[in-house]
Amino acid sequence: MLTFVGLGLYDDSDISVKGLACIAAADFVYLESYTSRLMGASVEDLERRYQKPVRLLFRKDVELHADTILKAAADSNVAFLVAGDPMVATTHVDLRIRAEERGISTSIIHGASIASAVCGLTGLQNYRFGKSCSLPFPQKNWFPITPMEVIVKNIAQNLHTLVYLDIREERFMTIPEAIDLLETLAGKMQAAIPLYVGVARAGSEMPVVAAGMADKIREIDFGPPLHIIAVPGELHEMERRYLELFAGL
Amino acid sequence: MTRGKKTVERVVELMKDPKHIRNIGIVAHIDHGKTTLSDNLLAGAGIISEELAGKQLFMDSDEEEQARGITIDASNVSMVHEYEGQEYLINMIDTPGHVDFGGDVTRAMRAVDGAVVLVDAVEGTMPQTETVLRQALKEQVRPVLFINKVDRLINELKVDEMEMQIRLGKVIDKVNKLIKGMNEEAYNKGWKLDAAQGTVAFGSALYNWAISVPFMKKSGISFKEVYQKCREGDMKYLAKKSPLSEVVLDMVVHHLPDPLDAQPRRVNVIWHGDKESKEGKAMLACDPKGPVALMVTDISFDPHAGEVATGRLFSGSLKRGDSLYVMGTAKKENRLQQVGIFMGPKRVEVEEIVAGNIAAVTGLKDAIVGSTVSTLLEVTPFESLKHYSEPVMTVAVEAKNMKDLPKLVEVLRQVAKEDPTLGIAINEETGEHLISGMGELHLEIITGRIKRDKGVEIVTSEPIVVYRETITGKVESVEGKSPNRHNRFYFDLEPLPDEIVNLIKSGEVSMNQQNLERRDVLIKAGMDKDEAKNVKDIKGTNILIDMTKGIQYLNETMELIIEGIHEALAGGPLADEPVQNLKMRLVDVKLHEDAIHRGPAQVIPAVRAAIKGGMLLAGDSLLEPVQKIQITVPMEQMGAATSQIQGRRGQVFDMQSEGDTITVVGKAPVAELFGFAGDIRSATEGRAMWNTEFSGFELVPNNMVKDVVIAIRKRKGLKEQMPTPSDYLAG
Ligand SMILES: Nc1nc2c(ncn2[C@@H]2O[C@H](COP(=O)(O)OP(=O)(O)OP(=O)(O)O)[C@@H](O)[C@H]2O)c(=O)[nH]1
Ligand SMILES: [Mg+2]
Repeated sequence: MLTFVGLGLYDDSDISVKGLACIAAADFVYLESYTSRLMGASVEDLERRYQKPVRLLFRKDVELHADTILKAAADSNVAFLVAGDPMVATTHVDLRIRAEERGISTSIIHGASIASAVCGLTGLQNYRFGKSCSLPFPQKNWFPITPMEVIVKNIAQNLHTLVYLDIREERFMTIPEAIDLLETLAGKMQAAIPLYVGVARAGSEMPVVAAGMADKIREIDFGPPLHIIAVPGELHEMERRYLELFAGL
Repeated sequence: MTRGKKTVERVVELMKDPKHIRNIGIVAHIDHGKTTLSDNLLAGAGIISEELAGKQLFMDSDEEEQARGITIDASNVSMVHEYEGQEYLINMIDTPGHVDFGGDVTRAMRAVDGAVVLVDAVEGTMPQTETVLRQALKEQVRPVLFINKVDRLINELKVDEMEMQIRLGKVIDKVNKLIKGMNEEAYNKGWKLDAAQGTVAFGSALYNWAISVPFMKKSGISFKEVYQKCREGDMKYLAKKSPLSEVVLDMVVHHLPDPLDAQPRRVNVIWHGDKESKEGKAMLACDPKGPVALMVTDISFDPHAGEVATGRLFSGSLKRGDSLYVMGTAKKENRLQQVGIFMGPKRVEVEEIVAGNIAAVTGLKDAIVGSTVSTLLEVTPFESLKHYSEPVMTVAVEAKNMKDLPKLVEVLRQVAKEDPTLGIAINEETGEHLISGMGELHLEIITGRIKRDKGVEIVTSEPIVVYRETITGKVESVEGKSPNRHNRFYFDLEPLPDEIVNLIKSGEVSMNQQNLERRDVLIKAGMDKDEAKNVKDIKGTNILIDMTKGIQYLNETMELIIEGIHEALAGGPLADEPVQNLKMRLVDVKLHEDAIHRGPAQVIPAVRAAIKGGMLLAGDSLLEPVQKIQITVPMEQMGAATSQIQGRRGQVFDMQSEGDTITVVGKAPVAELFGFAGDIRSATEGRAMWNTEFSGFELVPNNMVKDVVIAIRKRKGLKEQMPTPSDYLAG
């Protein structure tokens, strides 16, 4: 039995009661550490709360050696922990498909997702978001323009865009870094982004939310990760008012 | 050395005037007397004293060269020659004759416009004569002929006057036949050698005399007189009456082209950019005011000045402090520190060097041999230097002392920059690095220099043969999946036809070419039109074609696909040996919508797996390097010579007798040739004259493949098992 458990947004206390019960009943507990991170709690914090060893999984453990996880799930209970909500902005559908194909029963226990948290923190209406995108750190020979294409298309249809920022082993993309990259891409494509909304540490006690043009946002100290950006389409009256009150617009 | 200094001043004066410049190379088979000739030309020009010339081998300045009596590195020198009342600047490169250092000839031919081809009158044309001629003609470098060691003909072989003329005529005919066979167009247009015209001279480099028909007319000396004096041993008379340097340099000035004449012809074959562009026009016109186009043909290390880059300046001018860019690098500004020319082992700084000259500069930090350097940020690079031979042998080297580990890596990077015919694989994890080269001597010299010049104590393994991998069958639509399984790449693989392989090898098809030009050449060679216009990459003799249409996000993923391809080609699935002659058609691609799920960590392994797994499905096979062998022995030793070839999995395909000697020609795999020198010596009582030359890669016999593969895998620490497609395509 393989259960995907969403841990919620920020620390060890964001998990649901159902999720906790699932972990309590599990023989093995794995924590996926490469698509998202729980910034407010360490693995030790989690182990203390669950009173169980938690095994950290890196990209290659899931992508190349999924067999280990699947074998364990074939004849015992495995809890597969993911920060946020397990199937949002991640690629774990693949793992669930493989498990199901091997006859392993699977289920999901949801957690709060950044996708909805952003709506709450910024006032941008959920139904007005278009396709979302991720913004990767450029690498040798690779600086994809896809994120900008998505944003441009959404703006053209008057939709908002949620931009997920890259997470590497010991490096988290910050909002100012992301703005630099997006502005470079905008320059390449001869597009312009009129407004950014940056959100840091959603789900924590001290989230930072700020809206403005590139130059203004670049100068703001958003503090430690995780960061995310929303690029709004044309603002609705209520959305504008909300941003003025809660995001310094 | 007041004369030397004065020469420099005259050189500097003449440098500005391309009409009066000749850039030449001295090329020949090993030991035919190139360096002796070069020395005597220098002595004639007053750069070294006459007593020293030929004995000291001024141009072979390296101690290793002196000790072994052969040239290892090409060296440059400039001198002034007066012809019909006008001074000319001769920029000359003396090249090595040993096959292992043939890369230096390839490079020198890029720098010059004309070549003096030497042939030993006694030995006649030899395999390397043919090779150097081919290299010259390929680069549109015009040849003239000097038949050397005529004194031996007279004094050792005791031929009479008549016989001598016949022998010399034979050499000329043979060389002409070679030129005609290699480039009939040039041959018909006046590159045919003709003693009467003065494109042939003969004489003795050692005794410092030569004659040519024009010189006989000019000086009144007759063939008969030359024969007589040589016979009597009065070389001093001949050297005075018919001096080598005058005869040879007259021939050079009169018949070899100046840069203005040569460049339009040469630029056409060595540069495939837009001829109408600013840089294109400047190169064709050898314009000193145009943008800089410098092709680096040599990098050497000066203990005081650091790296010295030597190359041919096709357009523009070079001055200290100029900012230049090296194509194919991160385009950081490289600032020229010193600008100069080579005078043998010494470098002389000058104020400025203009188009049409061979320049030696420091400060080009990013340049390697073969680099194109310009004042412009972005120009089409020169065709890369294609050496006819490939590395066939590898040694593993390790630092003897722990403290030298980082230094050795640095030294190896330096060595790779200096000699592009070397293959260097650095492994910082194990500290065991691989150097592959042209042959045992090449590797011996390189490793020797690492110890001697760079001061790093190293331990060297026995040399090992370099293999290749290629497919013999086809496979369609092999699927490579990314680790997250969201991205899929589908390839068709098949062997690349020989015609196209040859076009790539000769530089007629390359990625530097304009797309349309490349398409047309490929179609003419029989490639499908759709394929010809969608070539995305050429690496070694492998080609990637994108047959997909309208796939979203493919554009921004293509560089990663190419990276994955390069990784697969660097080491094939069988034995992790380089892959050759592979045609890869990308036929379909599925990509995740979100960029983050199709980055390098996903795309590169997926593509690598598709190619490697696909190669195994398409009958991946192992190729080994094979050498052509030519052995000349007295008739009665024929059996011993042929059995030396046949006993080494070899094959004899030609035997020709001349007088009481016979020349046996054949081939054998490099793997069987270790110790050949000693064996042939003892089998023929030391009476064999022989040489070997790279002849290509051929399939390892079927019954040996498994053993060879397992042995290589074991050596490399890979699984000691024959690999299967599922090793790469599982999941
Ligand atoms: N008798 C005679 N010997 C010559 C003549 N020219 C050169 N040699 C001898 O031939 C040998 C080889 O001469 P090099 O000038 O070193 O030949 P090379 O072509 O430069 O040799 P590599 O650079 O190693 O290919 C030396 O022993 C020379 O003295 C000549 O005209 N007559
Ligand atoms: Mg020499």
